[in-house]
Amino acid sequence: MKKTIARLLSVCSLVATSMLLSGCDLAIFNTASPIAKSMGDTILLTAGLMLIVVIPTIFLSFWIPWSYRKENTQAEYEPDWDHSSKVEVVVWGVPLVLIVVLAVITVIQTYALDPREPLLSDKEPMTIQVVAMDWKWLFIYPEEEIAVVNEVSFPVDQPVQFLLTSETVMNSFFIPRIGGQLYAMGGMENRMNLIADQEGVYPGRSVQYSGYGFTGMNFDAIVGTEQDFDAWVAKVKAEGNVLDKPTYDALLEKSRNHPVEYFSSVNPLLFKNIIEKYTGVQDGR
Amino acid sequence: MAVNTVVENPDPIFGKLSLEVIPYHDPVVLPVMIMVILGGIFMTGLITYKGWWGYLWNEWLTSVDHKKIGIMYIIVAIVMLLRGFADAFLMRSHQALATSFDTGYLPPEHYDQIFTAHGVIMIFFVITPIVAGLFNLITPLQIGARDVAFPFLNSLSFWFFMAGVVLINASLFIGEFASMGWLAYVPLSGIEYSPGVGVDYWIWSLQISGIGTTLTAVNFIATIIKLRAPGMGLWKMPVFTWTALVANALALVIFPILTVTIFLLTFDRYFGTHFFTNELGGNQMMYVNLIWAWGHPEVYFLILPIFGVISEVVATFSKKRIFGYKTLIWAILAIAVLSFLVWLHHFFTMGSGAAVNSFFGVMTMVIAIPTGVKLFNWIFTMYKGRVEMNAAMWWVIAMLVTFTVGGMTGVMLSIPSNDFVLHNSMFLVAHFHNVLIGGAFYGFMAGLFYWFPKFTGFKLNEAMGKMSCALWFVGFFLAWVPMYLAGFDGMTRRLNYVDNPEWAIYLYIAFAGVLVIAAGLGLIVLNIAWSMLKRNDPAYKDVDGDPWDAPTLEWMTDSPPQFYNFAVTPHIHDLEELRYRKKNGMAFKKPAKYSRIHMPKNTWAGVVIGVFSMAFGFAMVWHLWWLAIIGFVGMVGSFVMYNFERNKDYYVEIDEVEAVESEWLARKKV
Amino acid sequence: MSNTTHSELHHAAHDDHHHDESEKVIFGFWIYIMSDCLLFATLFAVYAVLSNGFYAGGVDPKSLIDLNFVLGETALLLFSSFTFGMAMLYAYQKNEFAMKAWLIVTFLLGAGFLVMELYEFYHFSHEGATPFSNGYWSAFYALVGTHGMHVFWGMIWMIAMFVHFARDGITESNLIRLSCLSLFWHFLDIIWICVFSFVYLFGVYS
Repeated sequence: MKKTIARLLSVCSLVATSMLLSGCDLAIFNTASPIAKSMGDTILLTAGLMLIVVIPTIFLSFWIPWSYRKENTQAEYEPDWDHSSKVEVVVWGVPLVLIVVLAVITVIQTYALDPREPLLSDKEPMTIQVVAMDWKWLFIYPEEEIAVVNEVSFPVDQPVQFLLTSETVMNSFFIPRIGGQLYAMGGMENRMNLIADQEGVYPGRSVQYSGYGFTGMNFDAIVGTEQDFDAWVAKVKAEGNVLDKPTYDALLEKSRNHPVEYFSSVNPLLFKNIIEKYTGVQDGR
Repeated sequence: MAVNTVVENPDPIFGKLSLEVIPYHDPVVLPVMIMVILGGIFMTGLITYKGWWGYLWNEWLTSVDHKKIGIMYIIVAIVMLLRGFADAFLMRSHQALATSFDTGYLPPEHYDQIFTAHGVIMIFFVITPIVAGLFNLITPLQIGARDVAFPFLNSLSFWFFMAGVVLINASLFIGEFASMGWLAYVPLSGIEYSPGVGVDYWIWSLQISGIGTTLTAVNFIATIIKLRAPGMGLWKMPVFTWTALVANALALVIFPILTVTIFLLTFDRYFGTHFFTNELGGNQMMYVNLIWAWGHPEVYFLILPIFGVISEVVATFSKKRIFGYKTLIWAILAIAVLSFLVWLHHFFTMGSGAAVNSFFGVMTMVIAIPTGVKLFNWIFTMYKGRVEMNAAMWWVIAMLVTFTVGGMTGVMLSIPSNDFVLHNSMFLVAHFHNVLIGGAFYGFMAGLFYWFPKFTGFKLNEAMGKMSCALWFVGFFLAWVPMYLAGFDGMTRRLNYVDNPEWAIYLYIAFAGVLVIAAGLGLIVLNIAWSMLKRNDPAYKDVDGDPWDAPTLEWMTDSPPQFYNFAVTPHIHDLEELRYRKKNGMAFKKPAKYSRIHMPKNTWAGVVIGVFSMAFGFAMVWHLWWLAIIGFVGMVGSFVMYNFERNKDYYVEIDEVEAVESEWLARKKV
Repeated sequence: MSNTTHSELHHAAHDDHHHDESEKVIFGFWIYIMSDCLLFATLFAVYAVLSNGFYAGGVDPKSLIDLNFVLGETALLLFSSFTFGMAMLYAYQKNEFAMKAWLIVTFLLGAGFLVMELYEFYHFSHEGATPFSNGYWSAFYALVGTHGMHVFWGMIWMIAMFVHFARDGITESNLIRLSCLSLFWHFLDIIWICVFSFVYLFGVYS
């Protein structure tokens, strides 16, 4: 019996250790962007601060009932003791102090990491327009006049302004290792500024459930050097078709696990037209 | 369950119904369907054979007795808990199989209905009836009342709730359920993106049962304000009654918001209005705001009564007064007020600016202060007490620990910058399961073990109770700690299959946890059945109505309580009235004189209106307009007819009161 | 101890009576009205949101709303509140004939209000402003229509009250019912004043 328990314990500790080890590799702590890093650090910091109160509380939840158990007749027993100003000050005070500290962190970090604010960088931000569709992502590069389905690329250390909208239901655009997420909604433009500081290929996806094909609504974010990016643009221009009206209408059809698709040429006003389709304003009227 | 319920031109008689909408070809649904049909035939046969129909109709279905209605709520809640858990089991097993690009055994058309149904069932048809059942069972007894303020409305609330239960279960076998997540975000739930009948089932089961909840709120506010026994000022109300008052006040304010929101969605879907559409000036962000303006206070509607339960159980089994009663109440009131100022934390990622996000983030954290105070108050109630470590207290301690962890992850999520990476992830899912299982469910189990003898006359098995608590406790952390980690690794919720091989290990462990929880749940059901068999055994039997030497009024009655609750309305001296009376030798004494008791009669109206509302809801789902008219006219007509009835009440004569009371008091002496 | 027994006895003597029945029911009805208030508050919020994000291609409410017409509607409803008040006064005096007469006047004023509202809806739809035109008009019809629906149910309730009075006369339980209906009717008046100000006045002058 004891042997079984010991064996069980060793298996448990093995699993726990392997989980902890893989913890260093968890996406939102193993980041490729100063934004995502700051977010991950805040998570660890706030969790650590709270543990200062949480661990003693959990300990007390076991220890108090144990030390005042019915069988322990040695323990003090005061059935009418139901008020103590000292205790009250502590039970209100401790959470209050903790929350004040956390609130300060919250306000600072919320302003610092507001996705709408442009990033501090000596480079001009590039713009990528993102359209959520059933069930794929369309990325439009208005400056390069190219468009790509389910793949996005931008140079390292280059601030990128993502403009988000939807041709369908609400979706949420998220590249865990590079930054936060933001909703993409029909008839609206949402703005998110991101930057990556390490080269690599990072998975991104929609995280707001959007229908049966939702699970396959993912893409790769390719972050490389300027040259890599230029080569990628050249490849799109070389391999892609023109994104004209019939091609776009075909793209609007529902599709699951849509393959990567390149478009060598696109109307630079396409993004604006998609939004205006829903607002009733056409060409500014 | 990939049934096609998109019908272009519904038939005038059968609407959208046809044989094709019955998913008899589905390997998962078919066995369940056969079991339900056979079970239904067996139960009907048994009831007919034993001649129980009259008993069932007279004593239960038409009953306006708050105790019986409460018991029915709890029974339905436990049955629905089993269904909700079956959904959870399917999801966990499917995801564990669907790792590494394998697609598992449930196609998205089926899987997405399961996670939607799981959420809807657990919130609306498990925890809601649990708290409604507890209000019914406990509140009138705790305030020394005969019944609730409006007994017929109470029965009506229950039957509206039942209509919702029947509709959501019907969706399993006739057609399909919704597949857009439990809160039906637009425009996904609009007619353009969800043309099938699933969303309509969601709409009508929630709308009808939601109206029941509004009526419950009106009823219990009036009951608690108007029917308290003389001498019971607000500051002598037991904590559970306080939480019932505050929770119902919350429900009164928020459920109209849900009613309107669902109605507007209904208009969009049925008539083509533009409240929430993408185009023509509809506003999907408004829907999200409205649904969470209801939804966030709603979770406090569910958890506050459970805080009340914990307070009662801790005080009773520590053999000590509750610590810091007044601060506890102020904490409850603070939570209730703050719960209206935090709804936006459910969508920090919608793109509001930093100022708005920080405000709602900080307000959310502030709620942690009164909540933390309550945890400390319970701990200090045990301090210097004589804590009886029985099954109920095991559940309380499991709750304290688990809920603290859930609270901590909640505060982590309330920081907008954290939420930008944790929103919509498994971390979020783990967090709310942590507070709903660890808070609401464990608290309910503590209450179940505590109050079970009061309403059945026998106790539950202690050893099995502790064992089931241990299994849940271990199983819970086994199931959800990996999910927290998967969330840190960017794993999104509601995935039909998993495309990251690193997550496989988390999903396997989580599934193991679900198996442990399944054993715990099975043990609870087994415990109830076993204890029922053993009910006359002296170790189980509650002989005189006060098995725990408890401090509050509900234990001043027999078990189960006399149908009129108290022969003489008690005069209240103290917060812990029964404890006070025991101390001063006033408890369980025969009063000088009995008088006749005025009681409401049972009525057909609640159940009949409920059946008509069920028909109405079903008809609206399937576009059977003739049946919808019958259902609606039937509802209104029955209500009017009930209003014209005379003789809705009667008197219990003194002889009968005296006979019942002396029989009980005689037992009391033994 | 003797103190308690005495007061419990004292209370027991009162258990028989339901003198506080009316107080309890009317209190309960007030609570129901509060929840109804929240229902309208939500609809007002929806209206406010959808009238701000006005859809570019729709019919402008300014060109449709005829304030004098709406003022007429308002006058009917406000006056019906007064006539209901008169009916209540006579009900308390147990003057059944006068009470019924004032109730009939109230009913007719309510009916007049509804007819005018339906005419307005018909007129607006004819001019191209239907509930399906755009978000603004959906919200308009939802808010004004829900109020109209409440007035309609109030009138059904009045018919039921006539049957009650014809059968039992002015009994205690009928008086409770009439008091609740009266609360309901005055409440609808207040809601209408808000509708008039926010929807019609703001709609024309903003």
